[in-house]
Amino acid sequence: MTGPMPRVLRALATLCGLGLLWQAAVWVAQAPPYILPGPLPVLRIIGERADFLAAHAGVTVAEILLGLGLGTLLGVLSAILIHQLRPARRWLFPILVISQAVPVFAIAPVLVLWLGYGMASKVAMATLIIYFPVTASFLDGLRRTETGWLDIAATMTDDDPRRVWAILWHIRIPAALPTLASGLRVAAAVAPIGAVVGEWVGASEGLGYVMLHANGRMQIDLMFAALLVLSLFALAIYFAVDHLLRRALPWQADSAPADDDAPSSNQAPS
Amino acid sequence: MSDSEGPLAVDGRAPDVHVRGATLRHGDSVLFEDLSVTLAAGEITCLLGVSGIGKSSLLKLVAGLGPALERGTIEAGDGRPLKGRIAYMDQRDLLLPWLSVLDNVTLGARLRGDHADGDGARSLLRDVGLAGRENDLPAVLSGGMRQRTALARTLMEDRPVVLMDEPFSALDALTRLHLQDLAGRLLTGRTVLLVTHDPIEAVRLGHRIHIMTGLPARIATAMTLSGEPPRDPTREEATARYRELMGYLGQSGAVAGLGK
Repeated sequence: MTGPMPRVLRALATLCGLGLLWQAAVWVAQAPPYILPGPLPVLRIIGERADFLAAHAGVTVAEILLGLGLGTLLGVLSAILIHQLRPARRWLFPILVISQAVPVFAIAPVLVLWLGYGMASKVAMATLIIYFPVTASFLDGLRRTETGWLDIAATMTDDDPRRVWAILWHIRIPAALPTLASGLRVAAAVAPIGAVVGEWVGASEGLGYVMLHANGRMQIDLMFAALLVLSLFALAIYFAVDHLLRRALPWQADSAPADDDAPSSNQAPS
Repeated sequence: MSDSEGPLAVDGRAPDVHVRGATLRHGDSVLFEDLSVTLAAGEITCLLGVSGIGKSSLLKLVAGLGPALERGTIEAGDGRPLKGRIAYMDQRDLLLPWLSVLDNVTLGARLRGDHADGDGARSLLRDVGLAGRENDLPAVLSGGMRQRTALARTLMEDRPVVLMDEPFSALDALTRLHLQDLAGRLLTGRTVLLVTHDPIEAVRLGHRIHIMTGLPARIATAMTLSGEPPRDPTREEATARYRELMGYLGQSGAVAGLGK
């Protein structure tokens, strides 16, 4: 068990190391600043245009968080309906598969067309991109309840149909939370992709918009600054979600060996 | 709840349970065919046999869990349905890891949408020696404590018929002796089916001991024991019955190389 300080120090060391690698790449490749600016000019521009970047980051983060919330809500409800109701299984499940089969990049223009250049289309993108991992993971958890628990519950209850929902609420759903948590970690990692792709297709604010705009005007340092800020926020969101899930599920046995603060899901942020 | 006046307030009396002509298949193999056994009212019936013989399948049938019988009936002697009058305890504690000890014990009430009787649960937890651990999560308890919680949950259901599937087999010998003692006292007056592979446990706890052998399995009555469980395993009578039972197990072919 290590305290929080070593963990923070390790994260800082990793960041410094990546920064050094970045600088080394600039030196080795002899890249001109309009192809690959070094870390220091990028940090300087972050400092100079902090207000500008913060305002756009606020928009993107809001899109990501709204998408996460909405996608989680829809995914959880879909999983419950698919699990509990036969018609839902027949009708919702194909939609679930289709939602994954259609590349989200391909429908981004359609969403912008329908929902406009504002936040709504980006939230819809983020929602769509996380809907499948959330639904699939939660559904998997709901289906794999320990049969012994269900046996005990069956002897405790009568044949009243309401009991099916009581068992869902008191046993199946809590038992499925750890697998839902794995899905949410994946969702936290991919939701930024949805939001940024939405911004690329058509937006007037947000970090994705800043990147595209800066690229068009050859402000490569600003583009990298936006990318860096975006990455930091995406990481922060992932770790915040991971932390919240661990706090919310203290009973979940974490059998990961030795390293106590590795993510308990084996999916790393992409 | 004290030892003497337990489960009978609800139903007046614990019923006999009759299994008649039961046939159960597992794929191609017939687990048992035309099997009949009676669980006497208010008594502990032990069912002994080697692993895989079908003891647990029979118990699950009585509990109304798992596959339906191909033929035969399982009925209460008083003619009323068994559903809702059975409590079930497994070899694994099956505690819900996200609920405290107290909430695990009162799970049944919450599933039924009833008011959970916290005082009754606390009193049962005191009986099984878990006073002060009500708010702990199962993960911090030892195996013996978890199984005691499971016993309290089973008793909390206050059902006249109790089915126990090797409830103490995963525990170390000393903890097992302690829990047998507790169960023997707290199950008084209920119709109990105790599936076990431990002859000592059967002699300690049973009013009647049945042995299940063969494929398809048959059930033979090995012995009827006098006096009330839990029996002191060091007493002359219990050791004599234990020797007798082991001899019987050897003859019946349940255990090779005994009693020859």
